[in-house]
Amino acid sequence: MKTGLLKAGLLASLAFTAMMGFASAQEKLLRIGMTAADVPRTHGQPDQGFEGNRFTGIPMYDALTHWDLSSAEKPSVLIPGLATEWKADDADKTKWVFKLRPGVKFHDGSDFNADAVVWNVRKVLDKDAPHFAADQVGVTASRMPTLRSARKIDDLTVELTTSEPDSFLPINLSNLFMASPAHWAAKLAAVPANVADPAERAKQAWLAFAGDPSGTGPFKGVRLVPRERFEMVANKSYWDPKRTPKIDRVVLLPLPEANARTAALLSGQVDWIEAPSPDAMPQIKSRGFTLYSNPQPHVWPWQLSFVEGSPWLDKRVRHAANLCINRDELKELLGGMMGVPKGTVPPGHPWWGNPTFDIKYDPAAAKKLMTEAGFSATKRLKVKVQTSASGSGQMQPIPMNEFVQQALKECFFDVELDVIEWNTLFTNWRQGAKHESARGAHAINVTFAAMDPFFAMVRFTSTKTFPPVSNNWGFFGNDEFDGLIAKARGTFDDAGRDQALAALHKRIVEEAPFIWVAHDVGPRAMSAKVKGVVQPKSWFIDIAPMSID
Amino acid sequence: MLFYLVKRVLYTLPVAFGVSIVCFMLVHIAPGDPLTSVLPPDASAQLQQEMRRLYGFDRPYYEQFLRWFGRALQGDLGTSIATGRSVTSELVKAMGNTLILAAFATMIGFVLGGLFGFVAGYFRNSFIDRFASLLSVIGVSVPHYWLGMVLVIIFSAQLGWLPATGAGPGGSSDWAWDWAHLKHVVLPAITMSVIPMGIVARTIRALVADILSQEFVGGLRAKGLLDLGVFKHVVKNAAPTALAVMGLQFGYLLGGSILIETVFSWPGTGFLLGNAIFQRDLPLLQGTILVLAMFFVVLNLIVDLVQSAIDPRIQRS
Repeated sequence: MKTGLLKAGLLASLAFTAMMGFASAQEKLLRIGMTAADVPRTHGQPDQGFEGNRFTGIPMYDALTHWDLSSAEKPSVLIPGLATEWKADDADKTKWVFKLRPGVKFHDGSDFNADAVVWNVRKVLDKDAPHFAADQVGVTASRMPTLRSARKIDDLTVELTTSEPDSFLPINLSNLFMASPAHWAAKLAAVPANVADPAERAKQAWLAFAGDPSGTGPFKGVRLVPRERFEMVANKSYWDPKRTPKIDRVVLLPLPEANARTAALLSGQVDWIEAPSPDAMPQIKSRGFTLYSNPQPHVWPWQLSFVEGSPWLDKRVRHAANLCINRDELKELLGGMMGVPKGTVPPGHPWWGNPTFDIKYDPAAAKKLMTEAGFSATKRLKVKVQTSASGSGQMQPIPMNEFVQQALKECFFDVELDVIEWNTLFTNWRQGAKHESARGAHAINVTFAAMDPFFAMVRFTSTKTFPPVSNNWGFFGNDEFDGLIAKARGTFDDAGRDQALAALHKRIVEEAPFIWVAHDVGPRAMSAKVKGVVQPKSWFIDIAPMSID
Repeated sequence: MLFYLVKRVLYTLPVAFGVSIVCFMLVHIAPGDPLTSVLPPDASAQLQQEMRRLYGFDRPYYEQFLRWFGRALQGDLGTSIATGRSVTSELVKAMGNTLILAAFATMIGFVLGGLFGFVAGYFRNSFIDRFASLLSVIGVSVPHYWLGMVLVIIFSAQLGWLPATGAGPGGSSDWAWDWAHLKHVVLPAITMSVIPMGIVARTIRALVADILSQEFVGGLRAKGLLDLGVFKHVVKNAAPTALAVMGLQFGYLLGGSILIETVFSWPGTGFLLGNAIFQRDLPLLQGTILVLAMFFVVLNLIVDLVQSAIDPRIQRS
């Protein structure tokens, strides 16, 4: 009897141990080393640029519209998110009606509905709203510049109003993530009663919300250690079955130093790193990790000055410079980690537009154009370019600029590089080529994202965006471009809007207010055990469909 | 002694005020926009102005300084623009992490530095002296971030013995004194200890050599004191200067190291300061610089007091 009991006990404990081991072995954990120096904000409007949207925006929150991140081959286009359909009012194009997805719940169990949309619009646009969050305004309002207000029509219908007719609104709205009003209200109620100032109470509620966030996304935030890590677990009741996570837990680690990220990957501390150091690529590959890359909607340009006296006022000179750079060689220099541009967007993109000017390497044609413009080996053209030694999206600015400098030398250009600090360069970008901060530069090298038509094209070609209003640093623009922009903004069917944007892009490439040098390819290295990875032609990547072997 | 103590404490007040003015001026005269971390570069001019107003950067500098200084006196260093968290709480957490790192680095650096310094000074011009001096010169000369990277490549990336980054398997918030956490300290602490080791070794070597060449040592030996007895006198004579150097070195270590803490992603004051600089997070930058500067002020005060306790001649002078 005793032996039988002992055996049964042993068997039971063995079974328990095996079950526990099985259960713990089953947790599918993905650890990601980001380039950010801190965990991007987790309250629904991330900072740290698009890396923030990539890691603490899209995984935890949904917007009314989403980017399609399901293909590595096709361009990433806008698709329905929490809104299933939308349309501008035929009579008044400043009013849009969005139909909302039914049955969606926030992580705290509350319903997503029109009230939630109105609340989320007010959090960044209505200073009188009790939940107005000043620190979320900057990263949100600038990305939806014409949105003014939201009004509930019924539980699943909402009306959005813009300051002027703007067909770009649905694209802009991919930046407005929906946070849970009910969860925020619970956090507000938990703020100590001795905090009397309503603004301070709201601030503390948002801070608490950031530590315990609630969106509608495929992952739920569960643990924030500021500046060190952020953990998310799968939301198994996510509304889109295609994006219901297979990974149980995702850990985000800010590792700003490239060598530290690489070492963390090689030592098995993380399974995925963003932007591995180019020098370490061969070692990473040789250790069995997988490198992913794909050209992003990103442009590494020289933005040219059109102020009086600028050598770039002559179109032949602009074309010559674009034809004088062997971008394939530059790609080789960067270990293959760049895309060769043909314009701001690539051929095949809905906004491509078949420009007649082909951006390629043709030094003979470049020299001919320069000769026609009055320059030669003995009569050289001096140009000055402002750039930085580092900076977000700048890739490797010094070697890349020196490469372009050397390349243009062949076509009778003498380039002077004016290297300044990154944040100062940013400030100068807004001040324009006429400002003393330009120090007489004829071009500026600031990279930009090209996902949204305003940020990709409009702000660089409209007379309404001359400095200090926006980033038309070189004062490029005329009636023709203003007309093309107005047409694109005022065309409200998706196909017609894309066609109008294609016409704008075609003329931009033909007029060449930039020297297009490279597209970033968003390199990332992952352990071979991470499966189902699709690196789209986007700044973003979808973790939800991935799995761990 | 009490009068001396009060006098020295009073001296620190104008220094602290001066430090706060310098902190404020330094961060405001640096180029760049204080709202970099909350405003994308493509934000409209109107939005930029609105944000400046919301954050109070549209007010005159003197007003901004007085508001900040007034709050700082009450222990409130403001709110980080980038994170929305309290600067004081961020600093306290980072200082705790740096303290752990500095404690280990101090142990390694001072023990080895003291040992090399005494041995080298005691056996001047011998092979041991040359060897110990070589080690201390290497310690002072080698770029510590480079050493950190080399250590990471060898012990993390190649051998996989020690973690490359972080302050524990679950972050520093659940720090425990077990191997799972302590192994995260080993590489950054060794890297951080190299410079103080070199400096302490060189200082003590020079002190010991100088003391041993003085006449009173010959007198001690003539009185029949053995080496151990002479050694005690040497230690006592070398202690004030060695303590001052060690105090300053400990201050440097407490200040954290931007480079080392960035290389190892160690969430200490150096890492915090680096982030604050790159994000132009003025409240965090001002607060961190002020507290680190005050570290030195207080540390110098303590060292002065300890020195005067050991050697009353200092107090009298």
